[in-house]
Amino acid sequence: MAEITLKAIRHSYQANPIAPSDFAIRSVDITWRDGGAYALLGPSGCGKTTLLNIISGLLRPTEGAVLFNGVDVTAQDPVARDIAQIFQFPVIYDTMSVYRNLAFPLVNRGVSGEEVDRRVKEVAGMLDLSEMLNQRAVGLTADNKQKISLGRGLVRSDVNVIMFDEPLTVIDPHLKWKLRSELKRLHQRVGFTMIYVTHDQTEALTFADEVVVMHEGDVVQVGTPRDLFDRPEHTFVGHFIGSPGMNLMPCQIVDGKPIVGHSEIPVDRFFADHDKGNGLEFGIRPECIHLDPAGFPVSVMRIDDVGRYRIIRAEFEGQPLQILVKEEELIPSENLRIRFDRSSIQIYKDGWIVDRGVAK
Amino acid sequence: MIDRVSNQKAWLMVLPVILLVAFNAIIPLMTVVNYSVQETFGNNVFFWEGMKWFEEVLRSERFHASLGRQILFSFTILIIEVPLGILVALNMPRRGIGVSICLVLMALPLLIPWNVVGAMWNIFALPDIGLLGRAINGMGIEYNFTQNPVSAWLTVVAMDVWHWTSLVALLSYAGLCAIPDPYYQAAKIDGAGRWQIFRHIELPKLKRVLTIAILLRFMDSFMIYTEPFVLTGGGPGNTTTFLSIDLVKIALGQFDLGPAAAMSLIYFLIVLLLCWVFYTLMMRSESNTS
Amino acid sequence: MKTRSTIIVTVYIVFLMLPIYWLLNMSFKTTNEILGTFSLWPVEFTLENYIKIFTDPTWYNGYINSLAYVSLNTVLSVSVALPAAYAFSRYRFLGDKHLFFWLLTNRMAPPAVFALPFFQLYSAIDLFDTHIAVALSHCLFNIPLAVWILEGFMSGIPKELDETAYIDGHSFWRFFLKIFVPTISAGIGVTAFFCFMFSWVEMLLAKSLTAVAAKPIAATMTRTASTAGYELGLLAAAGALTIIPGAIVIYFVRNYIAKGFALGRV
Repeated sequence: MAEITLKAIRHSYQANPIAPSDFAIRSVDITWRDGGAYALLGPSGCGKTTLLNIISGLLRPTEGAVLFNGVDVTAQDPVARDIAQIFQFPVIYDTMSVYRNLAFPLVNRGVSGEEVDRRVKEVAGMLDLSEMLNQRAVGLTADNKQKISLGRGLVRSDVNVIMFDEPLTVIDPHLKWKLRSELKRLHQRVGFTMIYVTHDQTEALTFADEVVVMHEGDVVQVGTPRDLFDRPEHTFVGHFIGSPGMNLMPCQIVDGKPIVGHSEIPVDRFFADHDKGNGLEFGIRPECIHLDPAGFPVSVMRIDDVGRYRIIRAEFEGQPLQILVKEEELIPSENLRIRFDRSSIQIYKDGWIVDRGVAK
Repeated sequence: MIDRVSNQKAWLMVLPVILLVAFNAIIPLMTVVNYSVQETFGNNVFFWEGMKWFEEVLRSERFHASLGRQILFSFTILIIEVPLGILVALNMPRRGIGVSICLVLMALPLLIPWNVVGAMWNIFALPDIGLLGRAINGMGIEYNFTQNPVSAWLTVVAMDVWHWTSLVALLSYAGLCAIPDPYYQAAKIDGAGRWQIFRHIELPKLKRVLTIAILLRFMDSFMIYTEPFVLTGGGPGNTTTFLSIDLVKIALGQFDLGPAAAMSLIYFLIVLLLCWVFYTLMMRSESNTS
Repeated sequence: MKTRSTIIVTVYIVFLMLPIYWLLNMSFKTTNEILGTFSLWPVEFTLENYIKIFTDPTWYNGYINSLAYVSLNTVLSVSVALPAAYAFSRYRFLGDKHLFFWLLTNRMAPPAVFALPFFQLYSAIDLFDTHIAVALSHCLFNIPLAVWILEGFMSGIPKELDETAYIDGHSFWRFFLKIFVPTISAGIGVTAFFCFMFSWVEMLLAKSLTAVAAKPIAATMTRTASTAGYELGLLAAAGALTIIPGAIVIYFVRNYIAKGFALGRV
C-alpha cells in the first residue's frame, strides 16, 4: 500500500507538443492518500485513462514524476510498481480455469504453491467465486469475469494501488449496483488504495471518499462528494455534477454585490470588485433556488416532472434558469417569483471560483 | 450472430449461385462418374466395367505412393508455414509506413500466376544459372533439383513456403491486430513474460484465424498441381508427383480415362472428407468462442 | 526487441523478393548473357525481351485475354454472390446449412479432377477457347469464396438497417441496391480482390479451356518454354509482366486486406 504523488505531470501523445491542446494531460499535481477510495471523474476524452495509465506505469509521462511513498517510480514498469488494474471489459485468460486465472500473477512472481493456494481460496471466498474455481473462465458471465479481473489484483498482498478503468461498462444494469456495493465493501475490508475512473457521477459519488474531477487534461477539483456539490471550484464541476447542473449566468460585481442583468442579488458575503465584470459568472444550484412571492420575477417556459421533483425551466433576466422544486410544492400558475439561497451563491471568474468573497 | 428469420423465398436469391456452381460442378462430376465405371478403346465405344477401376486404383502401388507423397508434402509445408507465418505476423509493425510496405510486399507472391511461380523458381534454382542453385553449390553442397530427388523435394517445399507463408502471416496479423490493448496491459501487470503472453493471450485469440489458415493451406496444398508441374514436372522419377500431377498424367498423358476417373472420385472423396472434418471443427470452435 | 522484429521481417521479405529479383534480372539480359555468364545484375542491359512482348500479338493478346476473363469472372462472381450471401446471412430456409457446405466443397474441389470433363463440357456447348468459358469455369471456386466472404461482412451489419428501410417504405431491391450494397462496399472491394486474385493465378483450367483465341499470358509462357527451347529472357520478361496487375491491385486494396483477412473468411 502506498501514498501516491503526481508531481507536475504533463503528457502528450505527440512527438513535439507545443500548444496546450497538444497535451492530453496539461499539468497535474495531486497526492492520493494511502488507503483512500478515490474516483477520477470526467467526460470522455478528458484524460482520465491517460492519467490512470501514467500511475500504473503503462505510460511514461512526457514531463513530471510519479512517487510511491515518496520514492520516484517514474521509470519503473507496471510489474515493479506492484499495482493492479481492472479494465473496461473483463480481461481473462481464456485457456485457464478460474483458479489458474487467479493464481497467474502469483505464479509469475514465484510465490510458493501453498501460499498461492491459500490466497486464491481466500480471494475466491471474498468474491463469491469459490464454487467456480475449477470451471473454465471463458464460459462465465461478464460480471463474474470482471470479478476474476479484480481477483487477480486482490490476490497479491503487496499491491500498492488497485485501479479501475470504467469497470462496469459491460455489466448488466441490475448487476452494476450489486458489484459496486461489493467493491465498496471490499475496500473497507482490504484497505488498499483504490482509484476508480468513470464518467458517471453516480458511480463516482457512491464509490469514493474523495472525487477528482478532470476537464480537458486538468484536474479541476479534488474533494468529497459534498464539496463538489456545495462549492464547485470550477464552472465545469458545477455543470457536470448534479442533475440538472448548476445554473450559470454572466454577471457583474458592483459594491461587492453580484448583478445579473438589472437585478442586484442579495448575498451573505462581500465580493471584491472585478474589472468591469469581464468573464464573471454567477452560479447557483437548481436545488438552492426557492419560490418566494417577494423575490425576483421569472418567466416559466416549461415544467418537467422527474418523479420526486419537478424542474421548472424558466428565464431570469433573459438567461435560462432551472429550478428544482419538490413534488408536493405548489407552483403558482403565473407571476412566479423566486429567491436565491444566499450562502449557496458562487461567483466565477474565467471559470474558476472567486475566493475573495469575505463574510459580512 | 444475427438471428435469421425463416423465409423460403430466399431460395430465389440463392438460385443464380446454385445454377452457376451446379453447372460447373455437377455435369463434370457426372462425366467423371460415367467414365469411372466404363472401359473405352477410343471411338466413343464404352463397356460397362462396374467397380473394377476403383478396386484397381485402390490397390495400385502407384496411387498409394502419390497419396503418401501428397500427405507428407501437405504436413511438411504446414509444419513450416504455420509457425513461420505466426512468427512473421508477431514481428510485423503495427503502425506507420512500415505496415503498408509489409502488406504489399508480403501479398505479392499470392498474386503471381501459379505457373509463373513455378517458372520463376525454376530460373531461381537452376544449378547453372539460378541464384539459389549457384549459391548452394557454391557452399559445397551438391544441389540439382532436376536430378537429385532430395534437392527436388526441398525445392518444391521451399517454393510452397515462399508462395503461401504470407497467407498465414497476413491472416495471423489481422487476428493479432484485433486483440484489444488491455489484454496486453493486464498481462504486463500480472507479470507475464513474452512466452506467456503468446501462450495465454495471442494464441487463444488467434485460434479462429489459424483454423482457417490451416484449413486453406491443407486443402490447397492437397490440390497442388501447377507450381510443381512447371518446376519439376513431377520428377526426377516420381519424387514430386503429387496426386493432381499423377491424375493428369494418367488422364491426359496415358488417356486411361477409366482409372483416371475412378482416381478423381477417390481423390475428391478424400478432399471432401477432410473438408467436412475441418468445417465441423471450425464451426464448433466458432460457436465456442462467440 | 524492436530491432529483432525488424530483422525477422526484413529477412522474410528479402526471402520473398529474391526469386522476384532474379526473374527481373533475367528479363533484362540477353539470351547469350544468361547462358554464357553468371552475374547478379544485367551486364548487357536490354529491353529487347519486353519489346518483343509488346510487339508480338501472340504475347500481348495473352495479356488482354487474361485480363478479360479475370474481369468477367470477378463481375459475375460478385454480382450473383451478393443476393445469395444476403439470403444466407438474413434468412433461414430449407437446406440452408447443407447448401452452404456444398458450396464450400466446391472451393475445395481439385481443379485437376475437373480439367478433362470441363474441356468436354465447354466443347459440347461450343464455348471452348472463349473468355466466357474460362470466366464461367472459375466460378466453380470463386462464387463459393465470394458468398463466404460477403456473408461474413453482411452478418456484421445490424438487422436494424434492413428494418428501418422497410419502415421507410423502400421495396426490397431498392433497399438492397441503394442502401445495403453501398453499406458493405468495403466488403465488396475485398471480395472482388480475392476473386480477381484466384482467377488471375489459376492456370490449370484456364489452360485446358483455351487454345489460341483466349489463351492466357501465363500459358503462352509455358508454351514458349517448351517449344522455343531456351528463350529464358523472354520467359522472364513475360513472367515479370504478370506480377504487375497483381501488384497494382494489392496497392489499391492494401488497407482493406487486413480487414478482409480479419473476418477470417478467405
